[in-house]
Amino acid sequence: MTENTSQRASVVAEHLRAWNPNAIEEIIEFRGETTLVLPRKILRAVAERCREHAELKFDLLTDATCVDRFPQEPRFELNYHLVSIPRRDKIRLKVRLSGSDPVVDTLVPVWPGANWLEREIFDLFGIRFEGHPDLRRILLPEDWEGHPLRRDYPVEGYRDVPMVTGFRKSSV
Amino acid sequence: MTTVETATGTTKTMVLNMGPQHPSTHGVLRVLLELDGETVIRAVPDLGYLHTGIEKSCEDKTYSQAITLTDRMDYLNPLGNNLVYCLAVEKLLGLEVPKRAQYVRVLLVELQRISSHLVWLGTHAIDLGAMSVFLYCFREREEILKIFEMFAGQRMMTSYIRIGGIALEPPAGWRAAVDRFLKMMPSRIDEYESLLTGNRIWMGRTKGVGYISAEDAVALSMTGPTLRAAGIAYDNRKMFPYSSYEEFEFDVPTRTDSDCFARYMIRVAEMRQSLNIVRQAMAKITHEGPIRTDAPGIVPPAREKMKTEMEALIYHFKIFTEGFSPPPGETFVTVESPRGELGCFIASDGSPKPLRAHFRSPSYINLQALPKLVTGQLISDVVACIGTIDIVLGEVDR
Repeated sequence: MTENTSQRASVVAEHLRAWNPNAIEEIIEFRGETTLVLPRKILRAVAERCREHAELKFDLLTDATCVDRFPQEPRFELNYHLVSIPRRDKIRLKVRLSGSDPVVDTLVPVWPGANWLEREIFDLFGIRFEGHPDLRRILLPEDWEGHPLRRDYPVEGYRDVPMVTGFRKSSV
Repeated sequence: MTTVETATGTTKTMVLNMGPQHPSTHGVLRVLLELDGETVIRAVPDLGYLHTGIEKSCEDKTYSQAITLTDRMDYLNPLGNNLVYCLAVEKLLGLEVPKRAQYVRVLLVELQRISSHLVWLGTHAIDLGAMSVFLYCFREREEILKIFEMFAGQRMMTSYIRIGGIALEPPAGWRAAVDRFLKMMPSRIDEYESLLTGNRIWMGRTKGVGYISAEDAVALSMTGPTLRAAGIAYDNRKMFPYSSYEEFEFDVPTRTDSDCFARYMIRVAEMRQSLNIVRQAMAKITHEGPIRTDAPGIVPPAREKMKTEMEALIYHFKIFTEGFSPPPGETFVTVESPRGELGCFIASDGSPKPLRAHFRSPSYINLQALPKLVTGQLISDVVACIGTIDIVLGEVDR
């Protein structure tokens, strides 16, 4: 089964490389899962190709999430998990973003389901999605400060700092 | 807080706040509704009232400690959450789980699916005014919870599925208990159907309500019974089998009407299929055999070994103090939860704690389609639509 998946995945990689020689920066194989690392600039174009082309047909964006590798640079990794229902295939697209400029094109026009997934990443990691129709916090209150799932945000939070505006922040 | 602007030029619309303490929002979902008379023009869900930061907490726990957190996400499907998390960690480690443990996992997860669908059916019916169905559903759910208590000592937060296998040997007398349930349940499902399926009020409240086309459902990343009611037979147990599901024979029920009634019919049919799988799993589980894989330093040694072997005791101590370190890498595993595709993404940096643990919760993503389902419907149908997505707020907000 593992071999089959990687064979099919290499078909996807070859297809994308034939379309655009610079489409893929790196291919990572781990435990039978294939990850295609893409340059940030062409994420949207690759996503469109993955969804529309008859040979690829990744019609379901099942998940999108972020990993913070702080203090490494580029610290953020965005992972998009695609599923092709007609072809019974899976693939992961990855884009690396630097901490100083965490901006990437939104995928909402390609898969409308990306809307809340991207809002969640914006809320918890502070990554901005260019062109997103409704980029607001989703899980946390609107007046929350910071992005809790970043690695430099303490797990226990800032307990002694009242989250009410107008209160003095204690100096710890 | 979120606000909905009234469309300019019209003075007729009003904004109504539904929830977060509304009984039919199944927890703490808040929906802002813009209404024209009784018709919904716009709906904006507002969530996060139950956000507990489980994903962040996982980063501060060792791999085995984090299992207890997964129980608490989707509290109607704790065993399924345990399963997806353990499968992800096992994949990261490259562990093979003994067949006997895999079958026990299948058995329990399918029982869990029935119990989750029973809660859904009961609460959905009560939302639409059919009080008695709730009482019948909870009567049968109680029997399932008793079986879980036999296995794990806990009715709900079981943490029974562990990395490398299951926590304990199946208890004495479990076969008789499951057998009794299997004998009782088919006629009970008939009973619910006799109360609802042909009921004129039930059909009036659900038929043609909350329609979504198959294309829209896929585009909005919907999965589970809601997608299958739109005619797409996407089920992880068949598409990407895990935990030996490829050895089981069962059907994936689909319908094409894609309304609340179709989703009801799908879930009832799924309960029958699950009974079928439980029956097969019971036959496959041998009386003796390993329940955990043999991986020193990762899977805790057997109690007897610890009393006689020095190394076993050291491993036991090390596993529960500093944990184990999987190789650096990332895995994403999906299973079919009662609500849809439940996924677990784990990134490891080679330390004993996950660098990132993310859960693709089906209710969160299915809820995204709520505005599409309710726009143009009557306000009383909003209740039916929320119910039919089958959300669990613990999982939506995590």
